[in-house]
Amino acid sequence: MRPAVLITAALVVAMALGVALFGSPYLTAHVTRMLVYAIFAMSLDLLIGYCGLVSLGHAAFFGIGGYTTAVLAAKLQITNVLVGLPVSILTAALGALAIGLLTLRTKGIYFIMATLAFAEMVYFFVNDSDFLGGSDGLLVRARFRLDIGSLVSLDASDRTVTFVIALVAAALTFIGLFLFVRSPFGRVLQGIRSNEKRMRALGYPVARYKLACFVIGGALAGLAGHLHVLLTSLADPSILDWLHSAQVLMMVIIGGLGSLIGPAIGAFVLIELIDQAAELTEHWKLIVGVTVIAVTLFGKGGLVGLGSALAARFHGAKVGA
Amino acid sequence: MQLSTFLIQVLNGVQYGMLLFLIASGLTLTFGVMGIINLAHGAFFMIGAYLVFQFTRFWGWPLALAYVAAIAAVVALGAVVERTVLAPLANRDHLDQVLVTYGLILIFDELAVIQWGKDVQPAEIPAFLRGSVHLTDMIIYPVYRLALAGAGLACAAGLYLLVARTRLGMIVRAGSVDRGMVSALGINVAPIFALVFGLGAALAALAGILAAPILSVSPGMGDKIIIIAFVVVVIGGIGSIKGAFVGALLVGLFDSFGKVLFPTVSSLVIYALMAFVLVWRPTGLFGKRA
Repeated sequence: MRPAVLITAALVVAMALGVALFGSPYLTAHVTRMLVYAIFAMSLDLLIGYCGLVSLGHAAFFGIGGYTTAVLAAKLQITNVLVGLPVSILTAALGALAIGLLTLRTKGIYFIMATLAFAEMVYFFVNDSDFLGGSDGLLVRARFRLDIGSLVSLDASDRTVTFVIALVAAALTFIGLFLFVRSPFGRVLQGIRSNEKRMRALGYPVARYKLACFVIGGALAGLAGHLHVLLTSLADPSILDWLHSAQVLMMVIIGGLGSLIGPAIGAFVLIELIDQAAELTEHWKLIVGVTVIAVTLFGKGGLVGLGSALAARFHGAKVGA
Repeated sequence: MQLSTFLIQVLNGVQYGMLLFLIASGLTLTFGVMGIINLAHGAFFMIGAYLVFQFTRFWGWPLALAYVAAIAAVVALGAVVERTVLAPLANRDHLDQVLVTYGLILIFDELAVIQWGKDVQPAEIPAFLRGSVHLTDMIIYPVYRLALAGAGLACAAGLYLLVARTRLGMIVRAGSVDRGMVSALGINVAPIFALVFGLGAALAALAGILAAPILSVSPGMGDKIIIIAFVVVVIGGIGSIKGAFVGALLVGLFDSFGKVLFPTVSSLVIYALMAFVLVWRPTGLFGKRA
């Protein structure tokens, strides 16, 4: 794992420098979008891969974060990222707390359906709300700022600045989650994933741990939603749609469940796949549909699983020789 | 609320509820008997509606023949999907089932776009069901919607007899309690699975066909209603036909009264109902207790 992490980190830094120095505006925006979804996918991986909480409503928190940002900017003229970002994370966390309190009473398939249904409730609430722009969504006309007193004053809607913010956020999310899942708290979550009854028997307040995990995952999805609106200046109901939740789930599975870096790579791969397929044909959904079925049925452990299988074979060959 | 408004809302609620029951019963059976969560169940709803459109509009078939042919075609499609994609998933975890059936949704929706385009298509009402009737001096109600409610109730009654009174129904009920035990008792479950899945697909197709004149036909028409069907299943309890029936009626009535009583937040009412049920009984009204 360790060399793989270092290699990946080096690749990310190299790519970031390349994009920041030489990238066209389109490429910069494209990679920023991938980073946003990498955060989103990692936040879902925390729930599913480390705590066994298969949520099909994760887009709700992405949407809450995004709409919070859009409301602050479009309605209250608060465009400073240093205000919008923490407030968006906070509202998404509160949303996750409320939905988590209700849905975590259920297990297994009920949990999948309940998260799905509550996310759909958020969708309809927003879709029917005139204040939030209904089905058109909220367009932010002002440019976002990154201001620290009079020390720093940056145009955060500038593509390179948005890119750097997203890159830093993605890196911090990865490092933070990497350390978190290895902390005693994270170990408890993994224990719950593999055997909930035993963890309860050992005296852990399982329900509270699960709720904490759900809230942290929701907060990070809110961060991704904030960055999405920073990038696109638009919050519309499609980011709350359950198909959006399914899409991020696909990223997690393509990359490899329970590995953090895998889902981040999965986000890059799926976005690129969709873009390439859309270039090829307007019926790109066929390609994506077939891919997700094939990966789920035949791919064990996603890209990360594939990588370690290859590494094991390579290693084995060397030992044999 | 006036009495006439009240009665009309009851009728609307029952009619919508019966439509939901036709979809939810297939979902709940598939899960109860096969242990599979099938997000693509909404595709059968959509394809049923589209096939009737194809048969009548382009091929000029009479409506009755189109109905039967469309349902038969969807059952055949369901059998293929069950054998090739879903059966291997029976022993995989729910996450894999969600992803594969989500992939199926993408494929079916896109195939519908390729074949019929993105536009919303109208659907015909059978000639003898057009027009309205005076239920009382005050209440005029479209015949077609009454027929829809009637068809739904008839299917519910038929399904009840099938599940409660026949040998097949006995196996289905036993299967939803303990699949492994049914198999261990020497019953070949594979054909039973196929039969149940086909039945669910047929009911979903029927729902799509019946709903088409009211909802119009469009790609993705199954993606929204399938969520409501999930709400019904969660409220009723997964695997329970009785639960699906009660849940569908509750959701139908809450939805239609919500539209009158709380017009601004009407689409939230059924989710509030679901939240309440989940807090009260996390496995639904008629679900297995954990």
